[in-house]
Amino acid sequence: MGVLENKFQDNVVVASMDKLLGWARSTSPWYFQFGLACCAIEMMASAASRHDLERIGMMPRSSPRQADVMIVAGTVTMKMALRVKKLYEQMADPKYVISMGSCATSGGPYWQHGYHVLKGVDLVVPVDVYVPGCPPRPEALIEGLIKLQEKIQTERPLTVKPA
Amino acid sequence: MNIEEIKSAITNKFSGSVIENDELSKNQIEIKGSKWLEVATFMRDNPDLSFDQLECITGVDMGEESNLQSRYNLHSMEYRHKVEIVINHDRKKPEISSVEQVWRIGDWFERETYDMFGISYKGHRDLRRILCPDDWEGWPLRKDYEGQESYHGIVVPKIKEEEEWE
Repeated sequence: MGVLENKFQDNVVVASMDKLLGWARSTSPWYFQFGLACCAIEMMASAASRHDLERIGMMPRSSPRQADVMIVAGTVTMKMALRVKKLYEQMADPKYVISMGSCATSGGPYWQHGYHVLKGVDLVVPVDVYVPGCPPRPEALIEGLIKLQEKIQTERPLTVKPA
Repeated sequence: MNIEEIKSAITNKFSGSVIENDELSKNQIEIKGSKWLEVATFMRDNPDLSFDQLECITGVDMGEESNLQSRYNLHSMEYRHKVEIVINHDRKKPEISSVEQVWRIGDWFERETYDMFGISYKGHRDLRRILCPDDWEGWPLRKDYEGQESYHGIVVPKIKEEEEWE
């Protein structure tokens, strides 16, 4: 480090590019604003003034092209599953999915007899974080989102992935 | 009007259209399917009956060896009387005239009953599935309904029935 040591002024940040990118991505993951069932109410409550998702840098976007995170909030029916998949495909990389609540994770109360319900959204899109609950309280969702941020921070976008 | 007066008003106009059935509860009338459209129009237009509101149409599956039924809940805003019309269908070929043009609200009710029970409403101008996707197979609320094994490549995992709890 002899070459670079004590060479920069106070206002210059020195970090590895990988870490910097991870930090930048993780601190403003805008989420895709769509709800499927009662979990959406809790998601809205998380975004509203009491819990205020914007303090961890999350802001709802109404278009998949501007969103980084898809929160699958609610029961995914077979009819909706095709649309969820299509919406996921419209999102720009890097993209993440949170499965919120029992229904999105496994079918929940429709696990056995719900002929019309997809048994877990991970059958159609890859899921990063599962948030349990029926529905999860905003605290649980925020916990899940912070877990996701931790996951994004550990990513090394510039490093070659081991085969 | 009470239920007996409503029943006799229908019988006087269309003899043989009402089927006597002891199993029905006291606000129900069973009507012969082939006469339903005329009876429905009469029930709406007759000034003494004046059934101007169709509250609901639904289907009933009476069991795998038995009939399908359409049920119509009618209400009169003017006289505040109510009646439930029961119509039996042959399970192999469930067909009935549509009352979509008698009561306009019947449009979506009939589409829903068609979607869930596969009862075909003759004369409906736009009889499509309303809740399930257009390419869905089977009639979900029938007793003998079997879920699809896969839908557009999405596999539906087979889930065993849990043993009875003691």
